[in-house]
Amino acid sequence: FQENDASVRLKIASLLGLLSKTAGFSPDCIMDDAINTLQNEKSHQVLAQLLDTLLVIGTKLPENPSVRMRLVEVACKHLTDSSHGVRNKCLQLIGCLGPVEKGVAKEAESQAAKDVQKIIGDHFNDQDPRVRTAAIKAMLQLHERGLKLQQAIYSQACKLLADDYEQVRSAAVQLIWVLSQLYPESIVPIPSSNEEIRLVDDAFGKICHMVSDGSWVVRVQAAKLLGSMQQVSSHFLEQTLDKKLMTDLRRKRTAHERAKELYSSGEFSSGRKWGDDAPKEEIDTGAVNLIESGACGAFVHGLEDEMYEVRIAAVEALCMLAQSSPSFAEKCLDFLVDMFNDEIEEVRLQSIHTMRKISNNITLREDQLDTVLAVLEDSSRDIREALHELLCCTNVSTKEGIHLALVELLKNLTKYPTDRESIWKCLKFLGSRHPTLVLPLVPELLSTHPFFDTPEPDMDDPAYIAVLVLIFNAAKSCPTMPALFSDHTFRHYAYLRDSLSHLVPPLRLPGRKLMSSAVSPSITPHEDPSQQFLHQSLERVYNFQHLDPQGIQELLEFTIRDLQRLGELQSELAGMADFTATYLQCQLLLIKALQEKLWNVAAPLYLKQNALASAAAKQILEETYKMEFMYSGVESRQVVIIHHMRLQAKALQLIVTARTTRGVEPLFGMCEKFLQEVDSFQRCFISELPHMQGSFVDKLLDLMPRLVTSKPSEVVKILQTTLRQSTFLHLPLPEQLHRATANIIEPTGESDNPLRFTSGLVVALDVDATLEHVQDPQGTVKVQVLYPDGQAQLIHPKPADFRNPGPGRHRLITQVYLSHTAWTEPCQIEVRLLLAYNSNRSKASTRIPKSTWSESLEALPPSENGIEGTIPFSKPVKVYIMPKPARR
Amino acid sequence: VSLVLCWCPGAGQDVGRSCILVSIAGKNVMLDCGMHMGYNDDRRFPDFSYITQNGRLTDFLDCVIISHFHLDHRGALPYFSEMVGYDGPIYMTHPTKAICPILLEDYRKITVDKKGETNFFTSQMIKDCMKKVVAVHLHQTVQVDEELEIKAYYAGHVLGAAMFQIKVGCESVVYTGDYNMTPDRHLGAAWIDKCRPDLLISESTYATTIRDSKRCRERDFLKKVHETVERGGKVLIPVFALGRAQELCILLETFWERMNLKAPIYFSTGLTEKANHYYKLFITWTNQKIRKTFVQRNMFEFKHIKAFDRAFADNPGPMVVFATPGMLHAGQSLQIFRKWAGNEKNMVIMPGYCVQGTVGHKILSGQRKLEMEGRQILEVKMQVEYMSFSAHADAKGIMQLIRQAEPRNVLLVHGEAKKMEFLKQKIEQEFHVSCYMPANGETTTILTNPCIPVDISLGLLKRETAIGPLPDAKKPKLMHGTLLMKDNSFRLVSPEQALKELGLAEHQLRFTCRVHIQDPRKEHETVLRVYNHLKGILKDYSVQHLPDGSITVESILIQATAHSEDQGTKVLLVSWTYQDEELGSYLTSLLKKGLPQSTP
Repeated sequence: FQENDASVRLKIASLLGLLSKTAGFSPDCIMDDAINTLQNEKSHQVLAQLLDTLLVIGTKLPENPSVRMRLVEVACKHLTDSSHGVRNKCLQLIGCLGPVEKGVAKEAESQAAKDVQKIIGDHFNDQDPRVRTAAIKAMLQLHERGLKLQQAIYSQACKLLADDYEQVRSAAVQLIWVLSQLYPESIVPIPSSNEEIRLVDDAFGKICHMVSDGSWVVRVQAAKLLGSMQQVSSHFLEQTLDKKLMTDLRRKRTAHERAKELYSSGEFSSGRKWGDDAPKEEIDTGAVNLIESGACGAFVHGLEDEMYEVRIAAVEALCMLAQSSPSFAEKCLDFLVDMFNDEIEEVRLQSIHTMRKISNNITLREDQLDTVLAVLEDSSRDIREALHELLCCTNVSTKEGIHLALVELLKNLTKYPTDRESIWKCLKFLGSRHPTLVLPLVPELLSTHPFFDTPEPDMDDPAYIAVLVLIFNAAKSCPTMPALFSDHTFRHYAYLRDSLSHLVPPLRLPGRKLMSSAVSPSITPHEDPSQQFLHQSLERVYNFQHLDPQGIQELLEFTIRDLQRLGELQSELAGMADFTATYLQCQLLLIKALQEKLWNVAAPLYLKQNALASAAAKQILEETYKMEFMYSGVESRQVVIIHHMRLQAKALQLIVTARTTRGVEPLFGMCEKFLQEVDSFQRCFISELPHMQGSFVDKLLDLMPRLVTSKPSEVVKILQTTLRQSTFLHLPLPEQLHRATANIIEPTGESDNPLRFTSGLVVALDVDATLEHVQDPQGTVKVQVLYPDGQAQLIHPKPADFRNPGPGRHRLITQVYLSHTAWTEPCQIEVRLLLAYNSNRSKASTRIPKSTWSESLEALPPSENGIEGTIPFSKPVKVYIMPKPARR
Repeated sequence: VSLVLCWCPGAGQDVGRSCILVSIAGKNVMLDCGMHMGYNDDRRFPDFSYITQNGRLTDFLDCVIISHFHLDHRGALPYFSEMVGYDGPIYMTHPTKAICPILLEDYRKITVDKKGETNFFTSQMIKDCMKKVVAVHLHQTVQVDEELEIKAYYAGHVLGAAMFQIKVGCESVVYTGDYNMTPDRHLGAAWIDKCRPDLLISESTYATTIRDSKRCRERDFLKKVHETVERGGKVLIPVFALGRAQELCILLETFWERMNLKAPIYFSTGLTEKANHYYKLFITWTNQKIRKTFVQRNMFEFKHIKAFDRAFADNPGPMVVFATPGMLHAGQSLQIFRKWAGNEKNMVIMPGYCVQGTVGHKILSGQRKLEMEGRQILEVKMQVEYMSFSAHADAKGIMQLIRQAEPRNVLLVHGEAKKMEFLKQKIEQEFHVSCYMPANGETTTILTNPCIPVDISLGLLKRETAIGPLPDAKKPKLMHGTLLMKDNSFRLVSPEQALKELGLAEHQLRFTCRVHIQDPRKEHETVLRVYNHLKGILKDYSVQHLPDGSITVESILIQATAHSEDQGTKVLLVSWTYQDEELGSYLTSLLKKGLPQSTP
């Protein structure tokens, strides 16, 4: 710090900051130095940088209040500096380090806490906008750290809303929001009159005001925050949708109101005249308050905003408010429906999603449905599918509405045949939700006639299937409906029930004993027995110790078979059953491989036995990876056991290699590696070890001192005995377990026409797949293309290719680029999806508690070399391609 | 105290020829140069002779600013610059400059060639006039001369519409022209920063209306058109060639695209094609959506909209036709209207305001039988719809703009008197600023409080700011110095320097004041009491009791003597120099209040 050049001193200060950031460095020692230099420093930049360094030091020493107090004092001293940069940093420092603890702190400190707020509050009026922003941010920071802000700040913050600078206004909006959440019920006076209102209402009005701010950044901010102000009274809320229309001083009804009225009076198609929106009653000119009315029409403005960012924020806010208030949901429906016609696709999509979220609270009117359905013709697939989802859960009020929806959906189907699945699903829900509305439509839909037999429709027609799906689902809860069916309808039912069982529900059909008996209508009672069964079979397995080896093997085999069958029958338990079955399978393999009989045979027979054992070891390894990464909901207890199993497999591998290889050299390396792994296992799962009494690892760790010193051949011998003696660990079942699955919808693999392209160039193959229960698909899911020559290509889809239509579900729509040298004739390539894993990640996941797992993943950028291996988790699909030689 | 004078030859309480003359700090600026569509004689142009009283316009006006290309805002420009004679600069935005001559030429053709008027400007005059135009960019500050500068802000309304800030020194005026605060399908919303002008001149066409959500209107419009076309009817939409026409075209075009409709849409030919060309070019002046997507596809390259031919009107089957002019008072739209009026399947949609006396106004007010030229009676059977797609700001929008700009005064123009009166009240009540609404030809004078910039030497500034608390943006700060007015410039210098520069000797100025106090005690006791009293109050100052019986507070001297006649009255002599005036006068007033009765 003796340097004369300010820039050098600046650099030193910043270096100190970086240094204190590095772990293991104790920053206390340089703190005093830094504070001392601070007092002598003249250059503003260096001052600011020094304060920054102090900030870092302060955050590094969270448990040392006296240091913090001292730093805060230093910062307060420098608040009077003339440079905005220094003042900025001071405020930041106070915000981050200012004392917040109330209960623990002494009287003096709580005094200081108050002071901190006052000090920051004073800087709300600083001349520099950057300092003002920093002051508000510091205040917010204090709030985040748990300090209860004083209500007195509210009026100050309100003044800041009219600031000249957008960053100040933006921060002020946030501060007001925070305050309104802190003191929702306290009363504030309205300045112009004697009335008083709740603070949250006042704040709501103010933030609404900001929705028409000059800067769009502020508008977005305000619109977003509006959504989270749920305590606001409904009276205020509803005003946000009403601009208080008036023409020529007279109140006018909104078009929405008019539409509603026309609808209820039944003269919908009548044209309107020029005077129709003529004003109704005279209103008192004094009462109309054009802008101070605050909340008035904030959402109308927000939804009409020029920037789509604001519109999206407004739609989101509407969604959140509507979810908490059914009456508001009813009112905002019109506006959301209008947003379906927005010119930006993202906004349309967002509003459709919003509508779906609030659809429980609302019933669509016919005219609204009309607008909604018009969007079905949209050329964007996302929009259409979102709309199908929406229709799945909407309530329609009339049978005409249902008919309209069906007609539009069929139109959609002919226009975009690829939407087939999604439309069927949509109709399924539509049918099951509105059985009584479908009932009167049945004859028309099936085109049956009371007297004449009508021709039988084509069974493969997707449109016809769509109609049937609607009717059958409605018939499920409407027993009178099947009476209207004609003969072929019943036949088609049987066919569809088999081929599209997920869409067609079991029906109780008259005169069809077989059907009604085979399909019991209630599935729920079944669940408990099967769950019981699962547990019972596991109990049985865990108690096998006293059985002879042969018995154990048989029991395991049976149980695995049972479990697999159970998984097929009960989709809810599939994950659980598969998981346990896999585990038992591993165990079975292990037992088989370790059968004493085989190990004792003479050397010449080693070969066969070795092959068996190493294959088993390999398979166990593979299965353990699957268990660890393919199931969502695996907890750390399971992870331990899986790792344990893997360790056993590795031990087995070691033994096998020891027996087959002659030299000692490679063994050394392997042993060391194995011991390292045991070590790391111990480190990772130290907390879980007590649960693992009598297990392989437990014994191994007892022998550890001996293992480390002994020769490889001895190690192998020890391993062999421990492995054989170790007991089988119980696998505790987690609450929820789902197996990651993927289903490639496109390409279908049925095409006989090869995809022709010129060799050397690329061809794009559209891949469309649904993924279920995949965590972080953007990082893990890959597409693999296998060429007939054994060449494999791994493709990483773009993060944007993944859509998230529902919890636990993802959809991958991407393009895979293929290329190859020329072939003489068309051949098939295989496309499949892989789940990439990385055991480093798994270690991270085990060290950190489960809740932060996803965060730690985000922290680790998914790098190419981070992938350790992959698990195929979808059925491969064959695509017929034909690279032609290039023409010269 | 300075004046902003505002004289409205045309645009007072009237929708029609916009023309405002602003005189600000000695600079004269003309804002817009419009004409009235309703008149066909001299009244259609503003009366320019009044401005100069037969002097030369060029000498009188510093510049002319045109806000946008509508005829009522720049229709009289060639008449003004060529026939009356003005050679100074004319400022307008780039799109306005591009589109202006086309519209002028078109208008000239209609008046001269069709109606056969003679006393009118020629094509050459339009060209000459356009040569005088200087184009400006948004937010570009243009120095008209040393003192006068102007700056354009985005105004929505039509392509290239702008609001202008005119600034001389620290006095400024913002003229909004026509503007729109709600964005639409092809234009964004007007925006202005917090420039705090002395005067905001705002249009007020919709002073008393708060409009419904635009989405409702759009949906209504599309629904009506769609229904009519599906019925097999024809839809006539009379529009002006530029502005709303493009908006509706985009609306219909996207709708046709989405719904995959086949019925043809026509647009009457001629200047529209040229104009559409400019819309394609000036993408930066449109809204976010068009700006973002034009790389893939320019929204103004219409797929479904084709040029109209007169023969098409008799074609069978449904169609949608945009035809000019917008009020059905003449031209193609009227011809088509006459052809289609008889069929109840057809529909006419009026997308905007219609002036009284036009066919449009008549049918909108419900007249079903129209008397046409030649005593024909036309029975209107077709449906008549009105739909406001006007791109003017409504009352809420106007208030919003005022809130954004925070002007000190507001002047409303371009609206109906009764409605403006209402808005005026609202503005005054809401923002506590004075609001004016001059009639045609009336002059409004607004007093401003101009700030005069003064140069200060850095040393003095630093010295003065170091004293007292930190400077605060919201509070003025008191500084001591000498104001030198020399060579037509103002400078604030330290007293010593001023003395040196002016060659004056320094004089000491001392104030003395006698304060009588009723106190029967001895002199030195009185002094002691005064001393204790002052010491108790003035804690921050050094108060000393000198051995010779006097008190000093900083450099102020206080002596006490007994009154010559009345021993019970003591005379306190307070003396201070000019520099300590503040403290001195405070002390005197303090002493005049007397001493506290009980002395400690």
